[in-house]
Amino acid sequence: MPTTDQHIRLPEGSIERTTTRLNLGPTHPATHGVFQNILEMDGEKIVSAEQTIGYVHRAIEKLAERRPLYQITPLTDRLNYCSSPINNIGWHTTCEKLLRIKVPKRVDYLRIILMELARIADHLICNSIVGVDAGAYTGFLYLMQYRELIYEIWEQVCGARLTTNIGRIGGFERNFNNIAFEKLEKFLKEYPPVLKEFENLFVRNRIFMDRTIGVGPISAERALNYGFTGPNLRAAGVDYDVRVHTPYCSYEDFDFKIPVGTTGDCYDRFLVREEEQWQSLSIIEQAYEKVQEFKGAEAEVYHADVPEYYLPSKEDVYTKMEALIWHFKIIMGEIDMPAGEVYHSVEGGNGELGYYLISDGGRAPYRLQIRRPCFIYYQAYEELVRGSLLSDAIIVLSSLNLIAGEMDG
Amino acid sequence: MLANEHIKQRLIEKFAEQVSNFTEPFGMLTFEAPKEMNLKVLNFLYDDSELKFQFLTSLCGVHYPDQKGRELAIVYHLHNLDDNIRIRFKIFTDIAKPDVYTATGLFSAANWLERETYDFYGVNFLGHPNLKRILNVDEMDYFPMRKEYPVEESTRIDKDDEMFGRGGTFGYGTEKTDHGTIAEAEKNNEGRPVL
Repeated sequence: MPTTDQHIRLPEGSIERTTTRLNLGPTHPATHGVFQNILEMDGEKIVSAEQTIGYVHRAIEKLAERRPLYQITPLTDRLNYCSSPINNIGWHTTCEKLLRIKVPKRVDYLRIILMELARIADHLICNSIVGVDAGAYTGFLYLMQYRELIYEIWEQVCGARLTTNIGRIGGFERNFNNIAFEKLEKFLKEYPPVLKEFENLFVRNRIFMDRTIGVGPISAERALNYGFTGPNLRAAGVDYDVRVHTPYCSYEDFDFKIPVGTTGDCYDRFLVREEEQWQSLSIIEQAYEKVQEFKGAEAEVYHADVPEYYLPSKEDVYTKMEALIWHFKIIMGEIDMPAGEVYHSVEGGNGELGYYLISDGGRAPYRLQIRRPCFIYYQAYEELVRGSLLSDAIIVLSSLNLIAGEMDG
Repeated sequence: MLANEHIKQRLIEKFAEQVSNFTEPFGMLTFEAPKEMNLKVLNFLYDDSELKFQFLTSLCGVHYPDQKGRELAIVYHLHNLDDNIRIRFKIFTDIAKPDVYTATGLFSAANWLERETYDFYGVNFLGHPNLKRILNVDEMDYFPMRKEYPVEESTRIDKDDEMFGRGGTFGYGTEKTDHGTIAEAEKNNEGRPVL
């Protein structure tokens, strides 16, 4: 009970309530996406947190039950929209597994170039946003130019920048043009020094280290129990990477390292993502070399020969009866797929992106479940921030790389 | 190195005829057990020093309206990271009484995945610490991923089940016109189109 002789007179009842409830989101500049955290604060310390998600839920899994396979690709764009090509190609490879389609090596290598570019674009955004939330805006603006360049490469390949809908079942709709390769060469030449300079700004920066070391740590056991995958799991010290454990798209032909951290805090997550960008650059270089080794007719191969699923070229549609029939059947969704169930996963920007596809022999999936890494590891947020400061909670949020689109599905 | 055949033998040794329907679609060992057994099986797979399926990759529901008494399936994808092998484990439940034990005690990851399965299929996970809707609004009074709720509005005939090779309601060729059904009218019209 407040006594009458105290100097500051508090309003009646205010002394009993010791914690404050703070809403972080759903539309808060620090959440970088639409989701809500209700934080219970004791002064500036977080006592507990509760997450509310689902603000951008678009029922992708339900929609997929009424779409032929090729119409589902644009839905996957909307998962992790910072690296849509990985989602698209993950979906194509899932379909190819179900349909037992063997794609040519050149297609695999071109896909790897796109996926690793997407990984760089994803990690680049995440790491520079961690910088922004720690108060360092410069790195973000500096790196942004190179995400732009990546988007220009995608634009040359598929015509779109963000929601790419890149590639088709069996390969690509057209061969890469020369401008795409020129821009790729430009990127490979110009990006490494920029990334190096970005690291110089951050990695041994006293302020940045103070803000991130020991913030939001998680042990390897807890991370595994929470279903962490991708950079966040590797920062905790577990070297699990889908590209190595279950290679797809001929990743086994490449030589690269899996960086791991030790403490699983924001600093380790930052460093793991930095190193992964260097590894991705090296993979792209190797893949580009392999692509250039194809000569003559081989250098023109950009899709597998699967007329049931791969749209014929317009030239053929207008002049050849068979191509016209396939075109009609594909567009009208008249092709039954084999019955069966398949789980296939790829290493997305945030971790294991899995597609579990059940087919009953109809023309659309009977059930499609998408393992969305964000959705699974965001559960751990409460455990990561309990007892820390509000400003730390915001850095943890951005260093987990939460993408609302992927979380809500 | 762990092989599918060996995992299967270990499961049969332990649970005898209670584990059944072993298949290997695309190389992944798949089996099912009665729904009361789900925690026993998951615990055995987790604790066994050889099997070590300690990573829950995903958990989801599937609705099979035609299977009476076992309409809802819950599918667990488990991963042994040491030996790098995955298995798929299914349980089935009656839709009228969809009570299933929660796996949250074993995997923290199961928390939201089970909430999602409850949200979309109405599976009631017994013992779950916070079983409420996660992606849909709290006021929703149905479970939208069940097959009886069509996704498109009913006037769109291009998205009818018939267009996807599964029966359906549109019934092309059976609509009544002034001349009877289209099929009958075409027959009377010596095969020429009537519309």
